[in-house]
Amino acid sequence: MTLAEPDELQHLRERARFIREETVRLISVAKTGHYASVFSAAEILATLYYSVMKLEKGDPTWSGRDRFLFGKGHAAVGLYPVLADLGFFDAAILDEYARLGNPLGDHPDMTRVPGIDFSSGSLGHALSAGLGMALGSRISGSQFNVFVLLGDGEMHEGQVWEAAMSAAHYRTSKLIAIVDRNQYSLDGVVDEVIRIEPLAQKWRAFGWQVVEVDGHDISQLLPALRAAADLPDGSEPTVLIAQTVKGKGVSFMESEIGWHLGFLDTDDERRALDELRSS
Amino acid sequence: MPASQSVAGGGGQMGAGSWHLRQMPDRAPGFDVLSDTLSELVEQGLPIVACTADLKYSNGLVRFQERYPNRFLQFGISEQNMVTAAAGLATTGLEVYAATFASFLALLCCEQIRTDVAYTNQRVRLIGHHSGITLGFYGTSHHATEDLAIMRSIAGLTVVAPADAASLAALIREAPTVDGPIYFRIGRGREPAVYDAGLKLRFGEAIQLERGGELTIIATGTMVHPARAAVERLRQSGHSVGLIDMHTIKPLDESAVLEAAARSGRLMTVEEHSVIGGLGGAVAELVTSSGPPVPVHRHGIRDTYSLIGPPTHLYRHYGLDASGIEAEAVKLLVRGERAT
Repeated sequence: MTLAEPDELQHLRERARFIREETVRLISVAKTGHYASVFSAAEILATLYYSVMKLEKGDPTWSGRDRFLFGKGHAAVGLYPVLADLGFFDAAILDEYARLGNPLGDHPDMTRVPGIDFSSGSLGHALSAGLGMALGSRISGSQFNVFVLLGDGEMHEGQVWEAAMSAAHYRTSKLIAIVDRNQYSLDGVVDEVIRIEPLAQKWRAFGWQVVEVDGHDISQLLPALRAAADLPDGSEPTVLIAQTVKGKGVSFMESEIGWHLGFLDTDDERRALDELRSS
Repeated sequence: MPASQSVAGGGGQMGAGSWHLRQMPDRAPGFDVLSDTLSELVEQGLPIVACTADLKYSNGLVRFQERYPNRFLQFGISEQNMVTAAAGLATTGLEVYAATFASFLALLCCEQIRTDVAYTNQRVRLIGHHSGITLGFYGTSHHATEDLAIMRSIAGLTVVAPADAASLAALIREAPTVDGPIYFRIGRGREPAVYDAGLKLRFGEAIQLERGGELTIIATGTMVHPARAAVERLRQSGHSVGLIDMHTIKPLDESAVLEAAARSGRLMTVEEHSVIGGLGGAVAELVTSSGPPVPVHRHGIRDTYSLIGPPTHLYRHYGLDASGIEAEAVKLLVRGERAT
């Protein structure tokens, strides 16, 4: 395992801040959105897109690229700035986020947005779609990795466990799941809504290798994701359970569940950006 | 081994008694064509993959698996996972056939078909087999009398109901021309042949089997065979009755319907499906908006759940055999009853 260089960690932290700031900016255009769901996943997205995934800047259709599927598609607003930053589409499109006819909506759409590898929105589907891609890569002899970012509330969906069972059966180790364990779904604390713990035990029982990390600590995320990505096909698939904080980076979002979906007024937007920039 | 002959599949001793396993009859001959035609496509170099959900003996895909084990994927009893995974497989350039009972495919997996397969416009070919009431005594959970209505309302999805094995083969051979998803509605693999092998079909082009001036029957899928026999009897009784095999429900062959409406002034649809939203719905929608104002009599299952029973008995009960279809036509032609 290669230890991350300090410069790389610093760069990824800066990209995570870029994701958060852009999320605030884009949601100010749409006037509603899932800030807090992006903030819990910002370091995960930054680490994947700027270090771990094999990608060709400017070419979102390169067939050898690693794939990313957003199970918790409602956080796509945090991914769009990354895709534009990688040259997959014109960054000016971001300025019209969610306006009439704009390709960028609350949920990612592969038919409209270059760089989105699979559409999502209805929770529970993405791991199955990723499983299909991993099996397809095996059948066609290519060897890309498929990363699937799942919400912890998404663990309630039965189809996740159908896919988990199948992936273990087929030993699709090129399929890598990440659970953003930010503790909250719409109606409150996930485990109070419907208990998902013991989560690591569940994944292990389904035949997966489980790695538990602090989802905001890039020095943990980066080696864990690289180790999973370097596994040859044909062994146990890996799931990272990333302990995260919903709304991470903005103090008043971290403590208030109402921020799953909301809109910052002008003063609060300034406070949020001040906090993000000073972090 | 003749299908009707039960054979000893095994035996043994348990306690004082002995047991004797009687195997199910051989797999339905109509399903060999599914595996055989997919094999043809593989031999032509097409990137075919076949998936099923613990039904490879029911749909005969075991035959494909034996030939191409690396192109067959077993998903177990997880139909929704299979359908979404089929979409994921298709994104990698594969042409994916996913088969299970029509009831599970169209009803259980409706959202996966709409959102993951059709909205993303993947080259997934959904095979809904044992459709309609072909699963007889299995009951409503296994009947699919709503699938055409559901599938037809999904944008971008081609919906077909081939009449027999030759039609199924013809449409599978044609499927590579369709750059998007297809729903194939097929029966239980025991349908009598309507056509000779080697038939050629095109999606959206109906087959005009007979032309008639008094009435045109438009049938789909398993109902084409009995409708043909009914039309023959009606013609022998002196009636001028046309017959169209509408194998493609969507996109509907509108010109065939409108031409028949103009020619015979009266239409009757026949389908092993609810009279709501399927072929009858499609034809009625077209005629009321674009056609000459002709009555459309929709014959099928009348907004109810089917009784339990052997399929042939159920067909007789619901008037979906030749005699029943003939009797429906006679109501219109002789007794002057209104279309419903």
